[in-house]
Amino acid sequence: MIAGIDIGSRSMELVVLDGDKIILKRKLPTTFDPASQIKKIMDGVKVDLISATGYGRKLMTEELTGTPCTSLTEIKAYALGISHLFPEARTILDIGGQDTKAISLFKNGKVAKFEMNDRCAAGTGKFLEHLSTVFQIPIEDFGSYALEGSEPLQINSMCTVFAETEATSLMAQGKNPHDIALGLHGSIVRRTTNMLNRVGLVEPLVFAGGVANNSCVIKMLQDSLFINPLIPDEPDFAGALGAALFGRSQQKIL
Amino acid sequence: MTQPSYKEMWENLNLDIEAHDGLLEVLGKFYGDIYMSQQGRLQGMEYLDFVLSEVHGLRIKELMDAKAQGRKIIGTFCVFVPEELSLAVDAIQVGLCAGADAGTEAAETIVPRNTCALIKSFIGFKMAKICPYTESCDLIIGETTCDGKKKAYEAFGEMAPMHIMEIPQRKEASDRELWKSEVLRFKDELEKITGKKITAESLKQGIKTVNDKRRALQRLNTLRAATPTPISGRDVLLINQVSFYDDPVRFTQSINTLCDQIEERIAKNEGIVPENTPRLMLAGCPMAVPNWKLPYIIESSGAVVVSEESCIGTRNTRDLVDESGETVEEMIDAICERYMKIDCACFTPNNERLDNIKKLAEETKVDGVIHYSLMFCQPYTHETFKVEKTLAESEVPMLAIETDYSMEDVEQLKTRVEAFVEMIS
Ligand code: SF4
Ligand code: SF4
Repeated sequence: MIAGIDIGSRSMELVVLDGDKIILKRKLPTTFDPASQIKKIMDGVKVDLISATGYGRKLMTEELTGTPCTSLTEIKAYALGISHLFPEARTILDIGGQDTKAISLFKNGKVAKFEMNDRCAAGTGKFLEHLSTVFQIPIEDFGSYALEGSEPLQINSMCTVFAETEATSLMAQGKNPHDIALGLHGSIVRRTTNMLNRVGLVEPLVFAGGVANNSCVIKMLQDSLFINPLIPDEPDFAGALGAALFGRSQQKIL
Repeated sequence: MTQPSYKEMWENLNLDIEAHDGLLEVLGKFYGDIYMSQQGRLQGMEYLDFVLSEVHGLRIKELMDAKAQGRKIIGTFCVFVPEELSLAVDAIQVGLCAGADAGTEAAETIVPRNTCALIKSFIGFKMAKICPYTESCDLIIGETTCDGKKKAYEAFGEMAPMHIMEIPQRKEASDRELWKSEVLRFKDELEKITGKKITAESLKQGIKTVNDKRRALQRLNTLRAATPTPISGRDVLLINQVSFYDDPVRFTQSINTLCDQIEERIAKNEGIVPENTPRLMLAGCPMAVPNWKLPYIIESSGAVVVSEESCIGTRNTRDLVDESGETVEEMIDAICERYMKIDCACFTPNNERLDNIKKLAEETKVDGVIHYSLMFCQPYTHETFKVEKTLAESEVPMLAIETDYSMEDVEQLKTRVEAFVEMIS
């Protein structure tokens, strides 16, 4: 049995594979103490190998878990996970808690090119999360809240802090808050579309990562790309699944 | 690294001793982590370790002794300044490194914030009084390459003795004429401050010394590209960095000795990394001491750097000055000719650079190229697009990295570089 774990900045996901079958899935927030969260998520899990991805991948060590560990980057993990779920996929968009990735795949599922946001969290899940608190709307509902708007107001800044300033000044002008929220979603979509174009967008496109749960981002992506992105059932588990698959391939080599 | 015996010398140079100690400490720690931790290094690298450990000690003392004998110290920031001429008036030419985040806040009081880290660093080093090289210089040569530097020299010039050379931005006949007149103006300036005349004999020797240095580095560049890779990319980068401030004759000798050792290693088919390690080329902005961030990330991500297309790499060593000239005039022409081959991103158009990158990628059989530009560097960031396109034609994958000297993006960089290495392996 192999465990794949994706330790992101906001949450960590675990997938346990027995042969081809997923026998366990778990999710926990990462918090400021990832090491103890790792212990919690691994509680009672007995596997032969743990394969870790995500920004905290290097935290996963044999000392901590008592199990042999290996690691891979999120880019490769998403490529593996998504091609497993959608073997025909050619482009992946992953919007997670703190970064956004656009990955183009060769026909055989290998990574051809990728783009990643650099040091700042503009246009990521963090951006939405922060702005949803400004609206005092739970993050899960922020997408449908925005979809109630009819006319997206232009938000020019990609930066979380400046976008908040723009949003509050629009509120002060008495603009419809749903339209403002729609505009904020639009700015994420603009940014990710640019990234997708840079890696060369070829269909089918798979949209994964936590933000793929947001109905408004999905709708706006469809409208601006004229593409219907494929979305996995649990989009935030794609990385952990990919990690587990990688672990399985490593085990075959070992 | 602090040797008390040098303290007086540093005080005489008017360094800020406390800030300087801080810099040495950081440098020492960096060096320990990035260099001394390597396994299976060649014995000849001990020389480099020694030079670096004495970078603010013994070498500065040598410069002081030379000054006491009446020799002049010429500081430079760019590979366009012909060292041949400095040597011909018995001056010592040193590259001023500017590879660390120091004095940035002070620098931002006289240059805009969106200036590249290299420029901020040389201004910062000066304002914080921590660089004994800058302080030893009798004359510092600026050049009109990018706008950032050009304007920064106006501010820098108020703090240090400067001479500015105009570098043309195109390679037409009129540009060559301009360049020649600038080289002659540099010659006059050197003769003026040293009181010595450049003779056919002294210039011939100057050309030979610098060519020998380049030949040793060319030899190193050929050898390093062997499979399995005999020497780490970090070590070669260090060698290139040291070539800018060490005594040229001594340096050439030591590098040739090191090359002999590399040849032995190659003959035994020994590598510093396993034979199937992905091979990368670094291209782009120069990396000055102690800017080892990216090479270190690359080489701890399971890849090895086997070639370097930058001014602290092949751009500075690829071309030699023709040695057949007999008169000063002929030799000056040969020097002009050689320096106009530099394919700096400040030129327009600059297609030679694309050709050179393509060629180097082929020759050193790389699996991919990492293009590095300093944040806010217009010339190199622009060329990123062209380089990527050119490499795509020969199916060489490229990763573009834009960063500066700070450590805040190290984790993101690691992810990118690792993902790139996964992609090409
Ligand atoms: S990159 Fe251009 S400006 Fe910078 S050192 Fe090289 S030649 Fe000079
Ligand atoms: S790195 Fe770019 S911006 Fe900075 S000095 Fe060199 S050419 Fe100018």
